Amino acid sequence: MGELAAFIILACVTLIPAVVVVTSGNIVRSALSLIPTFLGVTGLYILLHAEFVAGIQILIYAGAITVLILFVIMLTAGGTGTRIRQVNEQVPLGAMAAVWLGFLILLVIFRTRWPYTATPAPQYNVASIGTAFLTDYVLIFEVTSLVLLVSLIGAIIVARREE
Amino acid sequence: MDWLTEILKAALLTVVVFTYLAVVTAMIGVYLERKISGWIQARLGPKHVGPQGLLQTVADTVKLLQKEHITPRQADVLIFNAAPIMVAVAGLLDWVVIPFGRIGERVLVVRDLNIGVLYFAAMASLTVIGILAGGWSSNNKYALLGGLRSASQMVSYEIPLALGILWVAMIAGTLSTVGIVQAQAQQGGWFLFKLPQLDYAGAPFGILAALTFLTAATAEVNRVPFDLPEAESELVAGYFAEYTGMRFALFQLGEYAEAFAMAALAAIMFLGGWLEPNLPAWLWITLGLAAVLVVVLLLITGASRDLLIRPILILAVLGAALCVVMFFGVQAGRSPVLPSPVWFLTKMFALVFFLIWMRWTYPRLRLDQLLNLSWKVLLPVGLLNLLITGFLITVVRAP
Repeated sequence: MGELAAFIILACVTLIPAVVVVTSGNIVRSALSLIPTFLGVTGLYILLHAEFVAGIQILIYAGAITVLILFVIMLTAGGTGTRIRQVNEQVPLGAMAAVWLGFLILLVIFRTRWPYTATPAPQYNVASIGTAFLTDYVLIFEVTSLVLLVSLIGAIIVARREE
Repeated sequence: MDWLTEILKAALLTVVVFTYLAVVTAMIGVYLERKISGWIQARLGPKHVGPQGLLQTVADTVKLLQKEHITPRQADVLIFNAAPIMVAVAGLLDWVVIPFGRIGERVLVVRDLNIGVLYFAAMASLTVIGILAGGWSSNNKYALLGGLRSASQMVSYEIPLALGILWVAMIAGTLSTVGIVQAQAQQGGWFLFKLPQLDYAGAPFGILAALTFLTAATAEVNRVPFDLPEAESELVAGYFAEYTGMRFALFQLGEYAEAFAMAALAAIMFLGGWLEPNLPAWLWITLGLAAVLVVVLLLITGASRDLLIRPILILAVLGAALCVVMFFGVQAGRSPVLPSPVWFLTKMFALVFFLIWMRWTYPRLRLDQLLNLSWKVLLPVGLLNLLITGFLITVVRAP
C-alpha cells in the first residue's frame, strides 16, 4: 500500500517535469525541470533498494550534468534572456519515435512472463559492486575508463588549439 | 500503517533539524562570524542588543521577516521564488546523516544511511542548482555572473571533495557516517593522526587528506578565500543581489547550514565525531596548566586590554576549563567524562572557528588561481594520497 503510493507519487514527480522538459518554450526552464525528473528516478532506485545507484544518480545527473547544461546555456549569447523562445521543428518525427519506442516497451512488458514469487534481493552494497567491477566486468570497466580518458585528452587538445 | 508513522517521524525530525539549523547554525553562526571578524579587524562587533550583542541576530531575523518581498520586473517569477528554497532544503538535507552523539546504545542521527557520505556529497552538490537558478532568474548581470562563477567553482571543487571523502571511506571500509566514527572508536584514534595497520606513522596522510577536504569544503560553500560568486567589491552581492527579506535570509540559512555541515562532516571523518579524546590525566593537566599560563601572562602584561588579544584570553579560559574538567573526570575514573554531543559540538565549533578565521584573514583568489588550485594542486594531491595510503594499508600487515 505504502509502496504503491510512493511509486505513484514518484512516477508523477518523474513524468510531469519530463513533459515540461520537452514542451517548455524556455530553455532554462527545460533544463531546470530535469532536476525533479532525476530526483524522481532517484526515488525509484531507493524503492528498489539500490541506494548506491541512487546516490550516484543525484551526484552525477542532478549535481553535475544539469549544472553543466545550465552553465553552457547561460554562457551562450541569447540564452540568458528570459523571453527567448525555443521552438522544436521536429515534433512529428519525435512523436513517431516516441510512439514506436512506447509500443516496443509495452510489447516487452506483455510478452515477458513475470515471476510472481518474491525472491530475496541480491546482496547489494558498495563492496559487492566494487568486487563485481574488478572481477566479472573488468573488461567493460577498463574500456569505459579508456573512453573517458580519450575524451578527457580530446577536450584538452581542443581547448589548447583555441589558444 | 508502518509507513504512516515513518512519514510522521520524518516530518517531526524535519522540524527538529530545521529549528536546530535556524538557531544554531544561522543565528549563532552569524553572531560568531561578526564577533570574530570584529576581533580580527580590531573592532568590537555587535555590542548593544542583549549582553555582548548576543540577541543581535534575533533582532536581525525579526527585521528580515518584516521586509517586503520584491520580485524584480522581467524576472522569472517561479524560478526566482523557488531558488532560495532549493538552497535551504539542500542545506537541511545535509544534516540527515550527521550523527550528533550517542546516548546509551542509541546514536543520535536522523537516519544512518548505508551510503551516508555519498549522500552528503550528493546533497551538497544540489546547492549549486539553487544558486544558478537564483542568479539567472533575477535578470541581473551581477547575479548571473555570480551564478556562473559558482557553477564553475563547485563543479571543479566537487572532485577534491569527493576524493577526501573517498579517502576516509577507504580507511573506514564503510560509507556510513556512524560506521566511520565506530571505525575510529575501534582503532582507538582519530583518522587525522592514526590509521589502521600504519598506526601513528599514518599521520602525514591523514593531515594531508583533512587539508584537501577542508580546502575543497571551503570552496564548496563559497566562503572566502573562495567567495567569487558573491564578491561584494565586484558583483554587489553576487547571485542573491536581487533578493530581499526572508528569501535573502533563506539563502544565508542555506549557506550557513552547509558550512556547518561541512565542519560537522570533517569532525566526523577526521576528528572522531562524538568520541572523547583518550588522553592520560597528566597530559590533560599539562594542557590545562599551559592554558592557565597563557591566561596569567595575558592578565599580568596587560595585553588583554588590546582588542586583538582579548579573544585569545577567552579561548584560553575555555580550553583551561575543559582540560580541568577532563583531568578530574579521568582521575575519578569515569570513562566518558562528558556526554558525547558535547564533544561533537566542541569539535564542530572548533572547525567553524577555523573556517571563520580563514575567511577574515585571506584575500579572495582570482578565478584562474581558483581553478588552478583545484585542478593542478588539490586533484593530484588527493589522488596520490589516496593511492599511496591504499597501497601502504594493503602492503603493511598488522604485526
